[in-house]
Amino acid sequence: MTTSARAVVHTGVWVCLSACLGAFAGCRPHAEGAAIQNKGSDTMVSVAQAWAEAYQKVVPGVAVEVSGGGSGTGIASLIRGTVHIANASRDIKPAEAAQVLHNTGKEPKDFKVGYDALAVFVHRLNPLEAITFEQLAGIYREDGAFTHWGQFGLSVPGCKRDEIVRVSRQSSSGTYEFFRERVLSNRDFKLGSLDLNGSKEVVELVANTPCAIGYSGMGYATSGVKMLKVAMRAGEPAYAPTVEATWQQTYPIARSLHMYTLGEPTGIVRDYLDWVLSNAGQRILEESGYVPLSRDAGAERR
Amino acid sequence: MTPAHPVPVGDVALPARPRRSRWSLGVEWIIESAVRLSGVSAIIFVLAIFAFIFREAAPVLVSEQFDPLEFLFSVQWYPTSAVDIRYGTLALTVGTVSVTLLAMVLAVPFGLGAAIFVSEFCGRRTKEALKIVIELLAAIPSVVWGFIGLTVLSRLVVEHTSAPVGVNVLNGGIILALMSVPIIVSIGEDALKAVPDSYREAAIAMGATRWQLVFRVLLPAAKNGLLAAVLLGTGRAVGETMAVLMATGHAVQIPDGILDSVRTLTANIAAELGEAPAGSDHYRILFLTGVQLFAITFAVNLAADLVIRGTKRK
Repeated sequence: MTTSARAVVHTGVWVCLSACLGAFAGCRPHAEGAAIQNKGSDTMVSVAQAWAEAYQKVVPGVAVEVSGGGSGTGIASLIRGTVHIANASRDIKPAEAAQVLHNTGKEPKDFKVGYDALAVFVHRLNPLEAITFEQLAGIYREDGAFTHWGQFGLSVPGCKRDEIVRVSRQSSSGTYEFFRERVLSNRDFKLGSLDLNGSKEVVELVANTPCAIGYSGMGYATSGVKMLKVAMRAGEPAYAPTVEATWQQTYPIARSLHMYTLGEPTGIVRDYLDWVLSNAGQRILEESGYVPLSRDAGAERR
Repeated sequence: MTPAHPVPVGDVALPARPRRSRWSLGVEWIIESAVRLSGVSAIIFVLAIFAFIFREAAPVLVSEQFDPLEFLFSVQWYPTSAVDIRYGTLALTVGTVSVTLLAMVLAVPFGLGAAIFVSEFCGRRTKEALKIVIELLAAIPSVVWGFIGLTVLSRLVVEHTSAPVGVNVLNGGIILALMSVPIIVSIGEDALKAVPDSYREAAIAMGATRWQLVFRVLLPAAKNGLLAAVLLGTGRAVGETMAVLMATGHAVQIPDGILDSVRTLTANIAAELGEAPAGSDHYRILFLTGVQLFAITFAVNLAADLVIRGTKRK
């Protein structure tokens, strides 16, 4: 009795094991068969991964392998010819384009896939309406002199100690780097800001804190916060962060997001880029907190 | 180790036990080795973890980018600066120490008080109920504590203090205290229970009141166990990551008071390690802060050990 029972258990275990192995083996041919290598911008890594995951369901046979490293890293890989698509949150430099042509014999082809626009948030009761880059640098930059709302001639209701609570992002985030590059001219942030780990967290904290100011993707705005109009310099017009202003490139803390390929893409790479630019792909982009290319994409959410 | 054959004791032979098979001896040997291995494994794991962390951190010690004085005594933490990369961890160390200290100031009196109450003062039924509830408290995951800190407690802190933002040292300290109290209570209670009843009986026979019994007899007798309880609580507070990441505000600065936000060493590692490219200076520096954490807990344990030895010698 016991021996036969043991035998049954053994067989059971083996059946399970082989079934598991079989399941793994079943996945492998696809992954080896067709994989698109996609590398570059850290800002775009989250949306690139969201695209790759969703595309698995659209075309199950094609795997998109995404990695970050920065826009420069992505373009460097394109120059070496080791990736199909390079993600970049800036335009390719003429020198880089020349290198791509020299090394691979093909022109880099630019696909603009969306926009990244940051909004500056304050608490909804804060009377401030507009802010300049200079003032933002005064608040956020290492050598900045603004520490209290009184320095703006404001009294913020509910802000007991009048102190400006700076809300920022962790230093590895692309949003942090973009803000540093564009607004602080690449100088360092003042220490002591609350460095949060997500775009949504920034908006939530600002909504709960009358003294706070923060920056995050404009797609994360809620009713608890106010988005400030932003001007490049004092005296110049300040623009509200809207999708339209982003499209017209009048809103100053916005940039376009690019995907570069080697020459005119064909086959699965072409299909993938077409899908990224389709309404389905653009909706995923918008859900990740970015601004889609045109009005009809993502229209269902607005 | 036990001989398989009956051993004659004096001239009286013990009744012969049935001869054990090779199989049974083999199994015994395996079980024995397994027990021994699990005993030694704690040491192996500690050494292996330390060796791994140090191996990951070591290359940066010889890189010219690294300045040990800056690392230990500068507050400038700019690991990804575009103009001037600086790795100063003083603010992070102060953050860890300040939150832990506040947590212990809150948790030790409550924890030890509760341990004494549960062990000596309350009735049998209350005791059982309390123990169950305390164990339940210990089972709450740290991310849930962090969430409570971020939502409920931060609002209370803003309402009742002048703090501009509710995630700060006070919030983190309270959350960590709540997390370490159950540990202090259950280990402290065990320590008090381990004091032989004859001590209690003797004290009562001498006419001691309950109060005198607790303070003059039980606390001195259970001192080591109680210290161990406090230390394990401290260890939990120093090493806790998720809850402090959510509750302390994650700001690199030396706090002026308990209403300022701070960043702890653990939270910093959690937030930055995932994005630091493997093998980069930033990555290795983060491992070095791991070594630093190790050193802090080691120092706390060593100090306690010396204190215990010192008091024993007297």
